[in-house]
Amino acid sequence: MFTRRTLLGAVAALATAGSVTGAFAQDEMYIPLISKGFQHQFWQAVNAGAQQAADELGVRVTFEGPDNESQVDKQMDMLAAALANKPKAIGFAALDSQAAIPLLRQAQEAGIPIIAFDSGVDSDIPVTTASTDNVAAAALAADKMAELVGGKGKVAVVAHDQTSRTGVDRRDGFVNRMKEAHPDIEIVAIEYGGGDQLKSTEITKALLTANPDLVGIFGTNEGSAIGVVNGVREMGTKGLTIIGYDSGKAQTDAIREGLMAGAITQNPVGIGYETVKAAVAAAKGESVPPSIDTGFYWYDATNIDDPEIAAVLYD
Amino acid sequence: MTASKTDSSARNGRRGATQQKLLAFASLIVLVIGFSVANSNFMQVSNLLAILQAASVNGVLAIGVTLIIITGGIDLSIGTLMTFCAVMTGVVLTWLGAPLIVGVVTAIGTGALSGLISGSLVAKMKIPPFIATLGMMLILKGLSLIVTGTRPIYFNDTPGFDQISRGSLVGWVVPAFPVPNGVLILFVIAGLVSWVLSRTVLGRYTFALGSNEEAVRLSGVNADAWKMAIYAVAGAIVGVGGLLIASRLNSAQPALGLGYELEAIAAVVIGGTSLSGGRGTILGTLIGALIMAVLTNGLRVLSVAPEWQTVVTGAIIIVAVYADQLRRRAPG
Repeated sequence: MFTRRTLLGAVAALATAGSVTGAFAQDEMYIPLISKGFQHQFWQAVNAGAQQAADELGVRVTFEGPDNESQVDKQMDMLAAALANKPKAIGFAALDSQAAIPLLRQAQEAGIPIIAFDSGVDSDIPVTTASTDNVAAAALAADKMAELVGGKGKVAVVAHDQTSRTGVDRRDGFVNRMKEAHPDIEIVAIEYGGGDQLKSTEITKALLTANPDLVGIFGTNEGSAIGVVNGVREMGTKGLTIIGYDSGKAQTDAIREGLMAGAITQNPVGIGYETVKAAVAAAKGESVPPSIDTGFYWYDATNIDDPEIAAVLYD
Repeated sequence: MTASKTDSSARNGRRGATQQKLLAFASLIVLVIGFSVANSNFMQVSNLLAILQAASVNGVLAIGVTLIIITGGIDLSIGTLMTFCAVMTGVVLTWLGAPLIVGVVTAIGTGALSGLISGSLVAKMKIPPFIATLGMMLILKGLSLIVTGTRPIYFNDTPGFDQISRGSLVGWVVPAFPVPNGVLILFVIAGLVSWVLSRTVLGRYTFALGSNEEAVRLSGVNADAWKMAIYAVAGAIVGVGGLLIASRLNSAQPALGLGYELEAIAAVVIGGTSLSGGRGTILGTLIGALIMAVLTNGLRVLSVAPEWQTVVTGAIIIVAVYADQLRRRAPG
């Protein structure tokens, strides 16, 4: 009997504790953001931008995402829970757009506008998409790579995945730009490390072993780029041009040290900010543009401390 | 004589688990009431259906692994096996264009075959279950990625496939509460496996192997064969889980699955099945899976920060098992 009471007590205490968070702000506009993750610094920066917009516009924003980018079903459970709170609008970064369609349709039927962010959803349900033009951003990386290696030689790509929109766009943006504008540069390998630092490190070491004449490597997201840096460091290879994507302490350090030539940064704070702004506008029935380009920048050791760049980098 | 001894210990096990089951059920009710009071949005049909839907895959995996845990073993491969079964279903349905029923058979067959292999590693080659199934977990994860070339396989060419999990037969009868078929399947499997455990020879040996394997052997029973059979049945159930998740996502996602085994094991433990074997019930596991789903959904509806959701879920698992320990130590 004692034990049962203990457990019930614990559970009741938990529920009460929870109610404090849940009960307030009933009349504030509530907008949940369902992201692809929340642990990476990138997502924390998106969250920071979202909270900034929330403060300015006087709405309540929650931010949530699964532990890793393979957990498509967990993300759907999150979307379902978010719908239960009858939000005025939802921000959604789909891990797999096809899988999410039934729930998105449910939201549409309930009259809840969906704002896609970070990567698009292959459907006409979202009223707008706030994201980086990844193709153009990766093409800029290709131009910078060509410039830095002198317009010829063998380069490789360490990509984060081949299923998500960002993975595909960054890979294709880089590869196609090379083919069109820099025909003397040969892309010898495109490998996928799942955005995992350790895996990308191993891939990089294997690439360097297989292609000793490699002149450059492009890492397509934070984890991939850090993996490339680690791999090159562990192999002790010199004179290689590494170009990264996004920021984070390890990457900015590598750029300051000169190990990494530079990187493309998205504007994660801007993604979060624009998503919430568009969500509020859509909830009020105002018109929103069909897509919102949140911008990107090239940064290297020369401009890393410029205020414009420093504002969009995260540690 | 030995047989009757194991039989009675199995019955004791079941009685002990009944009490834990009541405790688990009470916790489930309290959780539901607590969340409903805290946020009125929790208790609405669409959200309850979302909870059930979220519990369906984990519940099916948990039922499968319950059988193995009762024998005193463990199966860490169920998460990635689920994915591999989904992938193989994708191969036969989408790539080979086979009819739906072949896909269903493939999922269950793949699961049973993999279970049989795990069972032989444990029973015949005497590899500890933890190690054998850890190996299988990695092998299956790798195979899923190899077969698919790391890309998801979609089921757009198989009409009706998504109805396995998303459709609702119940909705035809009770339009106000359209329980998804995935949930219906969970309950049907729970009923079936419960019956197998309590009414069949397989069930009796499942408990007996967990209580006293040596006694089973000495009584002249082919313990190895029964153990392999139990792993195969568990694998087949996991195959159904693979079917459910593939149907729900309308795709086989090859990178999915790692970590799902631990959630299933957590549901089993919350439901009162002992990790040391010989004791456990399917109803308990079902309640355990529902508790996990209610907790996850409720904390989200209350907008608890995701970091804290993880902490609370961990704490609940510990509290549940500790409560069980206390109850068993207490006299009577």
